[in-house]
Amino acid sequence: MKVKKIPQQLIPLAFLLALAVAALVIMRLVLLPETFGEYGHYRALAVDDVAALDIAYAGHQACAECHDDVYELKQQSNHRGVACEACHGPAAAHIEAPDEYAPEVPRNREHCTLCHGYNPTRPTGFPQIIPELHNPRQPCMTCHQPHHPELPHAPEECAACHRQIVNEKAVSHHASLSCTTCHDLPAEHLVDPVMVRALKPSTREKCGQCHASNADSAPEIPRIELATHGEGYLCWECHYPHQPEANR
Amino acid sequence: MNDKKPTTPRRDFLKTCATKIPQWLLVFSAFGPEQARAVDGESDYNPVEHNYAMGVDIHKCIGCGRCVDACKKENKVPEEPVYFRTWVERYVVPPEGEAHVDSPNGGRDGFPELPADREIFRTFFVPKLCNQCANPPCVQVCPVGATFVSRDGVVLVDDTYCVGCRYCIQACPYGARYLHPTKKVADKCTFCYHRIRRGLLPACVEACPTQARIFGEVGQQSSPLRRFLRFNDINVLKPALNTEPKVYYAGASREVR
Amino acid sequence: MELILGNIVNDLSKITGYIYPNEFELHWGILVVVYPYLTGLVAGAFILASLERVFDVSSLQPVYRLSLLTALAFLLVAPLPLLAHLGHPLRSYQMFLTPHTKSAMAMFGFVYAWYLMVVLLLEIWFDYRKSIVVWSNEKRGVTRYFYKFLTLGTTDISDRALRFDDKIGRIITIIGIPSAFLLHGYVGFIFGSVKANPWWSSVLMPIVFLFSAIVSGIALVIMIYMVTTMFRWKRLSMPCLNKLAELLFYAIIVDFSLELLDFVQRLYEAEESITILSQMISSRLFISLIISQIILGTLVPTISLAWARFGRVPDEMRRLMYFIAALLIQVGIFSTRWNVVIGGQLFSKSLRGLTVYKLELFGLEGALTAGLLLILPFLVLFVLTRVLPPWSAVESHVSESPV
Repeated sequence: MKVKKIPQQLIPLAFLLALAVAALVIMRLVLLPETFGEYGHYRALAVDDVAALDIAYAGHQACAECHDDVYELKQQSNHRGVACEACHGPAAAHIEAPDEYAPEVPRNREHCTLCHGYNPTRPTGFPQIIPELHNPRQPCMTCHQPHHPELPHAPEECAACHRQIVNEKAVSHHASLSCTTCHDLPAEHLVDPVMVRALKPSTREKCGQCHASNADSAPEIPRIELATHGEGYLCWECHYPHQPEANR
Repeated sequence: MNDKKPTTPRRDFLKTCATKIPQWLLVFSAFGPEQARAVDGESDYNPVEHNYAMGVDIHKCIGCGRCVDACKKENKVPEEPVYFRTWVERYVVPPEGEAHVDSPNGGRDGFPELPADREIFRTFFVPKLCNQCANPPCVQVCPVGATFVSRDGVVLVDDTYCVGCRYCIQACPYGARYLHPTKKVADKCTFCYHRIRRGLLPACVEACPTQARIFGEVGQQSSPLRRFLRFNDINVLKPALNTEPKVYYAGASREVR
Repeated sequence: MELILGNIVNDLSKITGYIYPNEFELHWGILVVVYPYLTGLVAGAFILASLERVFDVSSLQPVYRLSLLTALAFLLVAPLPLLAHLGHPLRSYQMFLTPHTKSAMAMFGFVYAWYLMVVLLLEIWFDYRKSIVVWSNEKRGVTRYFYKFLTLGTTDISDRALRFDDKIGRIITIIGIPSAFLLHGYVGFIFGSVKANPWWSSVLMPIVFLFSAIVSGIALVIMIYMVTTMFRWKRLSMPCLNKLAELLFYAIIVDFSLELLDFVQRLYEAEESITILSQMISSRLFISLIISQIILGTLVPTISLAWARFGRVPDEMRRLMYFIAALLIQVGIFSTRWNVVIGGQLFSKSLRGLTVYKLELFGLEGALTAGLLLILPFLVLFVLTRVLPPWSAVESHVSESPV
């Protein structure tokens, strides 16, 4: 007898297996979400779902359509890069219903100091004040028009924008020097600080005015032979003038 | 599962089945037929022509936290200070030793004064967000296909399909994902996909007062992003993990991770 | 909302260094610790059973069926912690519907289904088939119909049919061994393949998981065997127990060596993450890793096993030492799972800080649920032993061979 009979136990098992496979196939046919796998292993419609979400920030172009005067003014100022909604908050609702919803108008000092309060981590040159010392309790808007925040008068001290450097210098051996001892300061820098820069020293002789062995300066100032010391380098290529570390 | 394979007869059969099944079957389906909704004013949008990316210029960031605030408002990110789609870190590097990093409330309310005895050698802010990796580990691990790279190069989450297993959160090297506390699905930065499809900037970019964030497209010429990439030494975060981020950093020194 | 915020502020103070803000919440809690622990027990118990079947380790015969049922009981419970921890448990069917082939986790459903349906259920069914047919004729009332149902309509218990059962059972076991390796190696892979996490990312992870699984499985069967025999007022088969202890001893040596290897490798490579990981081990994980996993869970039981098995110890004492060793090993392996799952989330991926895990007592992801899920398999096992008594064949065997 060569033909082997299929063992009886296998028949129900085969049936169960077929049932499971059929269940899987049916499940896939019925439950597979529409557009799944159209462009990849995901529901293609999900992209539309995300794309269809409502916006809260309208974008500065939308603001400019009605408030073109304010927008033009701002564009002429140092706040030209600051979008309306950076201060006024999300305004899409305002554009939908201008009368029903008004955007925020932050008038407290804390709002301005989010950017302009002194923080040593901010990049140097960014205008910063110490709120406790700078006209305390006065609303910023008394002196500064936020849409055209040009200064009421030229800054009296470099610390207005370079406080971290001034602070460093203040506890260093160079504390008694004013910034202009080393930096030539064109008057325009106070008006247009980005386009007209303050000048940095360019020669060893500048430092040599005090630190050269033959310089006419106070005796306690450290001296070097200008001709031989650190040959081939400019002084500030080793020393950081705002925090001179010569004694280390 | 690979869509590039030539279709087999069996697959064809299944496809036919899928399209020809009678309407009554769909009645039982949780996902009835649904019309693709075009977003206003972008009917001729072709996703494959786009590949979005972002530049972050660390030298320009002033740590004001407007991006974090805008992101939370635009995307209805939960208010609690432990859910962020974007956040800003402050690095304070001493002359020697480990950098000190903090990000109170993600930097949303600005940064408190440093302790007086903290030595500053270098210090800078680093805005962080989903890196929209071209090779995203989060997408790789998603068991159901609820997170994916869209054809325009943005990693998105399908919140009707996410099972909330949180494997993607574990797989993200950047801590960019969180579990939405009420929706119970993974959530993350989408580059404000709903905005960029309308031709708007992502909310964080819109709100950034110093243009420290530059939004654009990979390969698009004459764009702010192209200029940013040309004139800066560009880093990405954790390059050794080969995730190929599409958030490019200028000025991210070695401490940043 | 304010309460939540208060809690957050309170917990933020426990964080040392810097963590990414989204890392404040630990995403895989105690339930995900329970899950690999349970699957480990499954794999271990099954591998033990297959030793008897495939390699004819006859002294293990008293625990053959018991280990199979143990594996089944724990396998049935294993997916529950995963399910309970999902944000949307009702969507879990999607893992079968649209499994993402590149995702380690998507394969869980298939590995699990394969193991449950093809390996365990089939093997148990073929092994018990004769008994089921007999019971379906002997029993009365509802139980009779229940067993009739279990026969699936096959009543053939001729010698030829039984020979076929035996043959196919053996084949299934042979398929089952790599499957058991796959099941738990795969659980290790879920963690080991996460390149973002330096504590998890390791090629040794699946192998370490596998061997710790074998250790925990054998230890569990020892405990269950001892307890069930005691409650049934029967005598323990000392050769069987000695063999189990011996196997356990070898397995734990291999397991511990692999873990040491992994540890030494990490220490020697000293990658970027080594500083924060060392900090974590010496602070957050000190109790669960050094004390609970290594000293109490590995060194003490290893010594105890070696002493009891190979030293001159009276049987009474020997049994006690086996039992204590097995119990400590359970504590140790649970700590291992804890240290992997929780440990992998206690340090920030910024490698700059450590966070804390707040284990809650109540709630879906609390300690009570976890405890319940750890007790549940024993209840399932109790029911299983009622339905499919694993001892009937064994007893005769034991009484035949003098202890």
